[in-house]
Amino acid sequence: MSILDSKIPAGNISDKWTDYKDHLKLVAPNNRPKIDIIVVGTGLAGASAAASLGEMGYNVKAFCFQDSPRRAHSIAAQGGINAAKNYQNDGDSVYRLFYDTIKGGDYRAREANVHRLAEVSSSIIDQCVAQGVPFAREYGGLLDNRSFGGTQVQRTFYAAGQTGQQLLLGAYSALSRQIGLGRVKMYNRHEMLELVKVDGKARGIIARNLVTGELERHSAHAVVLASGGYGNVYFLSTNAMGSNVTAAWKAHKQGALFANPCYVQIHPTCVPVHGTNQAKLTLMSESLRNSGRIWVPKKKEDAEAIRSGKLKPTELKEEERDYYLERKYPAFGNLVPRDVASRAAKEVCDEGRGIEANDTNEGVYLDFSTEIKNKGKQAAYAAGDHNPSEEKIITLGKKWLEEKYGNLFQMYQKITDENPYETPMKIYPAVHYTMGGVWVDYNLQSSIPGCFVTGEANFSDHGANRLGASALMQGLADGYFVLPYTISNYLADEIRTGKISTESSEFEVAENNVKSQIDKFLSNNGTKSVDYFHKKLGLIMWNKVGMGRNAQGLQEAINEIDQLKKDFYIDVYVPGSNDELNPQLEKALRVADLIDLGQLMAMDALQRKESCGGHFREEYQDAEGETLRDDENFSFVGAWEYKGDDIKQEQLHKEELKYEFIKIAARNYK
Amino acid sequence: MSKSVLLKSSLAKKYWMAATGLFLCLFLVGHLLGNLQLITHTGESGRRAFNEYAYFMAHNPFIKVMSWMTYISILFHIIDGILLTVENKKARPIGYAHAAGTKSSTWSSRNMALLGSLILVFIVMHGAHFWYKAKVKHDMLLHKVTVQSPNGPAELYVTTAGSYLPVQGVKVKNHTEFFEPSVDIKLGEGYKDLHSVVIAFFSGKETNGVPGNENALFAVIFYVIAMVVLAFHLMHGFASAFQSLGARHPKYTDTIKNVGNGFAILIPLLFAIIPVIIWKLYN
Amino acid sequence: MAAKTINITLKIWRQKNCNSKGNMETYTLNDVSTASSFLEMLDQLNEQLINDKKEPVAFDHDCREGICGMCSLYINGRAHGPDNGVTTCQLHMRMFEDGATIYVEPWRSAAFPVVKDLVVDRSAFDRIQQAGGFVSVNTSGRTMDANAIPIPKEDADKAFEAAACIGCGACVATCKNGSAMLFVGAKVSQYALLPQGKVEATQRALNMVRQMDDEGFGNCTNTGACEIECPKGISLDNIARLNREFLKASLVSNK
Repeated sequence: MSILDSKIPAGNISDKWTDYKDHLKLVAPNNRPKIDIIVVGTGLAGASAAASLGEMGYNVKAFCFQDSPRRAHSIAAQGGINAAKNYQNDGDSVYRLFYDTIKGGDYRAREANVHRLAEVSSSIIDQCVAQGVPFAREYGGLLDNRSFGGTQVQRTFYAAGQTGQQLLLGAYSALSRQIGLGRVKMYNRHEMLELVKVDGKARGIIARNLVTGELERHSAHAVVLASGGYGNVYFLSTNAMGSNVTAAWKAHKQGALFANPCYVQIHPTCVPVHGTNQAKLTLMSESLRNSGRIWVPKKKEDAEAIRSGKLKPTELKEEERDYYLERKYPAFGNLVPRDVASRAAKEVCDEGRGIEANDTNEGVYLDFSTEIKNKGKQAAYAAGDHNPSEEKIITLGKKWLEEKYGNLFQMYQKITDENPYETPMKIYPAVHYTMGGVWVDYNLQSSIPGCFVTGEANFSDHGANRLGASALMQGLADGYFVLPYTISNYLADEIRTGKISTESSEFEVAENNVKSQIDKFLSNNGTKSVDYFHKKLGLIMWNKVGMGRNAQGLQEAINEIDQLKKDFYIDVYVPGSNDELNPQLEKALRVADLIDLGQLMAMDALQRKESCGGHFREEYQDAEGETLRDDENFSFVGAWEYKGDDIKQEQLHKEELKYEFIKIAARNYK
Repeated sequence: MSKSVLLKSSLAKKYWMAATGLFLCLFLVGHLLGNLQLITHTGESGRRAFNEYAYFMAHNPFIKVMSWMTYISILFHIIDGILLTVENKKARPIGYAHAAGTKSSTWSSRNMALLGSLILVFIVMHGAHFWYKAKVKHDMLLHKVTVQSPNGPAELYVTTAGSYLPVQGVKVKNHTEFFEPSVDIKLGEGYKDLHSVVIAFFSGKETNGVPGNENALFAVIFYVIAMVVLAFHLMHGFASAFQSLGARHPKYTDTIKNVGNGFAILIPLLFAIIPVIIWKLYN
Repeated sequence: MAAKTINITLKIWRQKNCNSKGNMETYTLNDVSTASSFLEMLDQLNEQLINDKKEPVAFDHDCREGICGMCSLYINGRAHGPDNGVTTCQLHMRMFEDGATIYVEPWRSAAFPVVKDLVVDRSAFDRIQQAGGFVSVNTSGRTMDANAIPIPKEDADKAFEAAACIGCGACVATCKNGSAMLFVGAKVSQYALLPQGKVEATQRALNMVRQMDDEGFGNCTNTGACEIECPKGISLDNIARLNREFLKASLVSNK
């Protein structure tokens, strides 16, 4: 093994974590207050980690760039959180959740991590309920579940279409409690701009106070990065506007390997793009696929007629519609995993059958009319009417939909000005989640000792594709139930270290680096805004490192980004000064890192000469256009090592993926 | 701390506002029931009944307690209202350039302090018109009647015992008590002739020796306007008090609102028609 | 839906920082797509300002899908603008006429000082939450099973509706008194409705209200404007529940 030691403990898969946990080193309660921990990011992974570490008695400093920890983008997750509770008695188990996640990830995730995730999933639900998270319940007072893509059981816990919000506010409340008790010091509107290493260990960060512009040095015995994913490399994504890769990228530049950057999840159900001034894409929860049927017209002419407004979708006869997911994947139908659904949408749109009247014609229908009839009939029967009129069925059916998805439908209508109860929703895939991230071992520690990475920011649990309702699970599992144990094991050797000075030359150098980068931007006096470059980057990424990739396009992307990077540093104009709230400066610093990352993504996609999960190389598909994995040559985690400003020089390290407990197979949802 | 919580916190102020407000609503009902006698009964019997009622109100121990509570309530309601208003102004030192929309709340709910201040002005005036004369200045005439005796018309005081005493034959002490002029023996007690004061005030006509109010029409208009102001104050205040005390439930909230609106319209309306009818009766 | 474009005049509050005085500035912006969100329109304005080498307008925003609560803006006299049930990021330009003049101001509240331009400091909400907006349960993985205590669906639903608050501060901005009662009421309600939250209900009500008062928010006079302007439709029921909870708490607490 090269520098990649995943530190997976030996033993049977179902005992690994328990045994390992039992033998980890501990820090005694009286020693914990002597130890400082920095947590960057306050989403599910960060807030839960900061709260738990605070509860344990460590000295925690938490940082977020938003005005409050409650704003982190975990809040936007809609659908739900998986847990192997088997409350619905449909045959679920820890093993099945483990299996579904590995399979959903197209056999590119680390077995031991995923099993641990499935193991602790139940505790997450217990913990959240104890915190007062108001999950949806049945009339009997017990928790309700629904099913999600890529599974055949109902294991998803939810709170209407706002599950992420409720879970994040739960974690935020736990964090708030610790802040109130003084065990966590919260730094709102602060952005981490450098990781400081002392003697090879992560010992602190340089953070910019976004209100005053002041650069602050913060030291700690360990640094936890929970800074989320990098979907904004595409400019348009479902990520929040502020979501960025900067914290993770700074760690990468300091020596942390960056794993599988090319694994990007393109979510199938988003509102299509409306125009060039668009800044962000909006997700329609995957849960809608439980009730909606996805289709496009069978004939190109019909699609054209719809786009030009000559034909209404509701006027198109049943036999003229192509319910392509039901046709291609009868077993899972509209509930195939996200990557499969997205690619299928791209395919039909590439054939010219897209229905959205925008520049690209890209959009498909998500139709609820069948569900309205089914549920309306059920509701009428339940109310004792066994011979309901058509009209009554439709009224009752719409009412059912409203109860289940009311907020999503309203949101859709606000955005598009169309009523989804009357006419099918238009959807199209959009960048949503990034499975890749900072490489971490079983302890969630990156290749820099003392630098731990949790949640979406790490690469560990989702392989090449994440199943719906698993991101929330991973974020909370890492923060509540994994990191507190593994970080203590590391910190047990730090109890004699004492306070870490911020006066050392390492901090000095780090701060100066940040300062010079900021000064450079502010004095650059170019002619183009940061967004101009960000949009350009996004376009390159979407077209060439998006849903369908090929060697030529990827090579082009690498070259184009090279040029873009040069242009950016020459011609970007950042107004304002450093000593004030300066959103353009913040953006410039983030986009600088996204440009580097984008290039690395293209390189990673180029080296992975296979198709798997969210990574679809057009050269590697089977006769039916499905992903064609190459397990013999690519069953590894590709982790990149930073080698200086020229990203093209980065060096690839491989962590072999060994499947001891799951038989590797072609992913089949048919 | 519990005491200070019940006095100082923002919510406690609202509780007191609500409690005193609701108590004052009760007061309004009592006050109205009495006042309505001004128009339900006419002539001497009406005068008698009203003055008897006024006497009862001034002497019944329970009513006395209630009236002290009313005074305290008014005072608390005012002080609390001022405190709340001052704090609320402080909570937004810089206002909006584009004035706040009017769609999201009712006019009266936004102007309770203004309405309350106007009501305070009215209370002061109203007190000066009647209460001050009866309770402080004590220049109100006593209820007397003129009867035709064999010796010509004779003036008699009406006593609270229901008997009559000749005006010439008694000495009035302590404003309302009748004494034998030579010996210090109390013969009885008289009624203040509030009824005639009211009639003279609103009709503008001399009534039982009370000179007519020259500005009677203005008085009537002033009182009617005051009642409109009161109506708006109650329109928000009644239901708001329940909300402040936490009395809200999907089943009953609409009822409370409707009762509140009914109360806010009915009570001031009935108050307002009294001066109008008196003026009409005599003009 | 074919989007058209409109030309608008903007009157925007500009203020360098919390110590300086601000004023309303006028800008004209042409060719705004009616399919754009309000914030995309501001992006467009900023792009124009940057191209003219002028200082762009600072405003808070993040998720742009109406859930993070970071965007604010008092638009034409209404919190989150003229549409109902949306945040500013979900407000679309189709709500405005061609040639319209649009006033854009920051939240105005003593407890929300202006940081810059349209950005205000809402950390007062965080501090209220820190005073008691939680259930004191440590992370353990050894809490009882999630289904051990059945919770009536109605209570769970009501708790959820209260918990749907996004902490944007529109209630404070809208309230003529700058009161935070809807925010605090929602938080107190969420926990008061759940068995897990009942244990600390007394302390929670007392502490959160005390913190709310200390932050300098105004008093609730039940105008109901907050409920109307709340992008998440948080009900006044929650304020009534807070009133009940606090009354109960102040009567029984020996503190």
